[in-house]
Amino acid sequence: MVEIAEVPSPFCGVGTDDLKIQVDGVTLKVLENGCVVNTPAFEQPITDTQPRVNGQAVSLDVAVAKVASLLKNTALPVIGGCATDVNGMRGLLALADRCGAVVDNMNFTRARNNFLALQDSGWMNTTLSEVKNRCDLFLVIGADLEVVVPRFFERYIWNAESMFIEKTDQREVVYLGTAPSGSASTSPAGKAAQVLSCATDDLPEVVAVLRALVNSRLIRAESVAGINVADLQALADKLKAAKYGVVTWAAGALTYRHAELTVQTLSEMIKDINNKNTRCSGLPLAGKEGDLTANQVCGWTTGYPARTRFSRGYPEYDPFMNDTNVLIAEGEADALVWVQAFNSKSVPPVTELPTIVVGRSGMVFAKEPDVFIPVGTPGIDHAGHAYRTDNVVAIRLKKLRDSGLPSTADVLNAIEKALREETVC
Amino acid sequence: MLIRLTGGQVYDPTSGIDGQQQDIYIQDGRIVNKPTGDFQVDKEYDLQGKVVMSGAIDMHTHIGGGKGNIARTLLPEDHRQDPVASTHICRSGCGHAMPSTFVTGYRYAEMGYTAGFEPAVLPINARQAHMEMGDIPILDKGGYVMLGSDDYLLRMLTAKKDQKAINDYVAWTINSAKAIGVKVVNPGGINAFKFNQRKLDLDEQNAHYGVTPRDILEVLATAVKELGVKHPLHVHGCNLGVPGNMQTTLDTIQGIGGLPMHLTHIQFHSYGTEGDMKFSSGAAQIAEAVNNNKNITIDVGQVLFGQTVTASGDSMRQHFNHKFASPNKWVVMDIECDAGCGVVPFKYKDQNFVNALQWAIGLETFLLVNDPWRIFLTTDHPNGAPFTSYPHLIRLLMDRSFRNEVLATIHPEAQKMTTLASITREYTLQEIAIMTRAGAAKLIGLKDRGGLSAGNWADITVYTDNTDRQKMFEKPDYVFKDGELVVVDGKVVHTKWGTTHTVKPDFDPSVEQGLKDYFDRYLTMKLGNFKISDDEITEDGRGSITVHPLRA
Repeated sequence: MVEIAEVPSPFCGVGTDDLKIQVDGVTLKVLENGCVVNTPAFEQPITDTQPRVNGQAVSLDVAVAKVASLLKNTALPVIGGCATDVNGMRGLLALADRCGAVVDNMNFTRARNNFLALQDSGWMNTTLSEVKNRCDLFLVIGADLEVVVPRFFERYIWNAESMFIEKTDQREVVYLGTAPSGSASTSPAGKAAQVLSCATDDLPEVVAVLRALVNSRLIRAESVAGINVADLQALADKLKAAKYGVVTWAAGALTYRHAELTVQTLSEMIKDINNKNTRCSGLPLAGKEGDLTANQVCGWTTGYPARTRFSRGYPEYDPFMNDTNVLIAEGEADALVWVQAFNSKSVPPVTELPTIVVGRSGMVFAKEPDVFIPVGTPGIDHAGHAYRTDNVVAIRLKKLRDSGLPSTADVLNAIEKALREETVC
Repeated sequence: MLIRLTGGQVYDPTSGIDGQQQDIYIQDGRIVNKPTGDFQVDKEYDLQGKVVMSGAIDMHTHIGGGKGNIARTLLPEDHRQDPVASTHICRSGCGHAMPSTFVTGYRYAEMGYTAGFEPAVLPINARQAHMEMGDIPILDKGGYVMLGSDDYLLRMLTAKKDQKAINDYVAWTINSAKAIGVKVVNPGGINAFKFNQRKLDLDEQNAHYGVTPRDILEVLATAVKELGVKHPLHVHGCNLGVPGNMQTTLDTIQGIGGLPMHLTHIQFHSYGTEGDMKFSSGAAQIAEAVNNNKNITIDVGQVLFGQTVTASGDSMRQHFNHKFASPNKWVVMDIECDAGCGVVPFKYKDQNFVNALQWAIGLETFLLVNDPWRIFLTTDHPNGAPFTSYPHLIRLLMDRSFRNEVLATIHPEAQKMTTLASITREYTLQEIAIMTRAGAAKLIGLKDRGGLSAGNWADITVYTDNTDRQKMFEKPDYVFKDGELVVVDGKVVHTKWGTTHTVKPDFDPSVEQGLKDYFDRYLTMKLGNFKISDDEITEDGRGSITVHPLRA
């Protein structure tokens, strides 16, 4: 039995790396600094250790050969999920390039809210250490932050020491939209966050008015979506008075059509504030189950984010057409490969297509896939790299135990190799 | 296997060989002397009438790291103009302004380049830089780690820590980030931007720390020298792009007091304020200062016309430059109490006065600096132009009549503001070989690259001589990487993986005590998780690390 300290987590999105974990054979126990997201993700026991073809246990070689035979004559296989580490994504993209597949990260429809804004007008953003040391006004838009990232406030807002903020409990926290479900945003001295609450669907209107007020435009209405314009005016004034305001949102929580326009309005508002003789930055929240990792690796390998097809021999990005669910629903896809090394509850959509799952041990399927290959989890069963929410910092994931499970990269590289050999012959 | 390259005209400045006919022997990846006694040549290439140089080395090119990937993500419309299909040898990807990693490797190799160095590796983003470069085939690579706007260094300066302590920190950072040099970008300016300062001149104080860019340059240049790191402090100076910044650059050269210093993309720092447009060329004054100060090396950062994207650590200046974004979308980031970045697409136009004069200023600089060992051919890829424009740039340098033809087409007021038409110099093949091979290897401190004498790795490029130098340099007959034939007639025929070049200067391990405390209190990652281990580069079986010697 050993204890491993300073363990980084790929599960919470913020790259928490102060966990202490006890390893007893293949059993893990989080001893220190766990949370409701990380602790179960680390402690989940291994159940499946052997690949299955049509529900029958087989060797890895047999499973790989079966996958190659299923993919060999496909016209448009889709590789969904894309939840793995950097090396796993490298293998995934090599396989997609080989078989002319579509690569589609399972969180892309949500992340698209950010990508469309970024690719249309850009943004000014910051990272976690800057928040920890510089942020004096923290504005949360439409997200129940402590549910998404339980330790966010503890680690980055109410941190004991900060280089440029004399007392962190004097920081101001404002919620716009969803109210917080708990008290993590209440300062250690007991000051609760200000909440300007409105329905999520009303955020486009509220955010548009906020930006207008930041730019001193005249608003004739007295309230918008139940929020007094005077309160929004006070918030606009705070943003302009803050030395280093930070505005955060979770693209996935903006659950209405064309939410990219909200992200764009926020990002343009932040740019406006930076032209008013002070600083302000955005902090998009993401980084769960390898979504940023998928987009980063796909970005440098193809030039595009992870909703890209290789069916014409070269990468083509389309944030709408290359959606796994659309391709299956419209009968374009002719095979589904689901890659999910982090979360055994995240299973592929049920389809009549040949289905291959390269997934975390413990998956329960409504319909047994043609092939299931259980793989190790990056940061538990093998070392690796993952990106955290600020999309700048890649964390080095540790190997904690010897489970004998192959990595995503091992499996996908073997499939790619088997396909290459069949194509060359 | 013994390979012989027979009868080529060899340009190997390191050995003083200037176009003489000479055979080259390759064994086990390296160049060897002609074997004695009886020997069998396993493979021979007849290079009669061909030009032979070592593989070219780009000593400043943004090929790895987060800002490059932001640039990629920002510009899908640019990629769509240049899709690259997979072949049975090569992976697919995209090209033009900020190519995908695989295409970066192929296209560099197809121009005869065998190494590229990423000049702006943020310590906290070094993992990403190495991971991206790890997906660039064929090329060797390496990085210069960025310091100077990190709060840790500025706190040390405010606390009046001695030079020894700073040396330890710099050496520790080089080791942690797996770098081969140290770069400073807008010294202290990226940090000052976080305190809402919008400009920072050489002697202007950081509002929080009271430290000036001059202070930062002095301690970092001293550290690099005292640690024995061969690559001099790599400096992206203050006031990038600001009319009149020529004076800042001259003051920077004078202020460094004879310490070795490399001034990068100096074209962007060579502007005067003369003329109706209050924008003029400072190239003559800068070139004179470079000629007179042997401790100074430069690369140019040539602007060439067309669409590109600028990606820089200089968040302060890039934020100002967003006004010129074309298309109008841009990203600026503050990063981890470490540095920052700014990504701004640019379209340089020959009928725009400023852009046209930038083009001329770069060329004036190339032609007025006398010593080709102290000036390097760069476009600051992709900031002045994509690296794929190098053959065109070489023709501009080697062919005066071509240069003047292009000059005659640019904005007429810019033509009046440049002395370019009167400059008769044409670069020779040997001078090109110095700038892009021998000089670059020497500047970076690569012990066995950039030359064709026995003992060097066999990175070799073979061209067909052609008076159209653009045609000649864009399509080599052969390129060998570590002795393996990777390119034939300008197309990749085989791929392999290059090495990562590093240095490992010594430091007092006690430096980690202060750092650990700082990481625990203020940063968001543990010190132990911050340091990059060798296996992160080598574990996938493709990468390797080469450690180069320090100055004795």
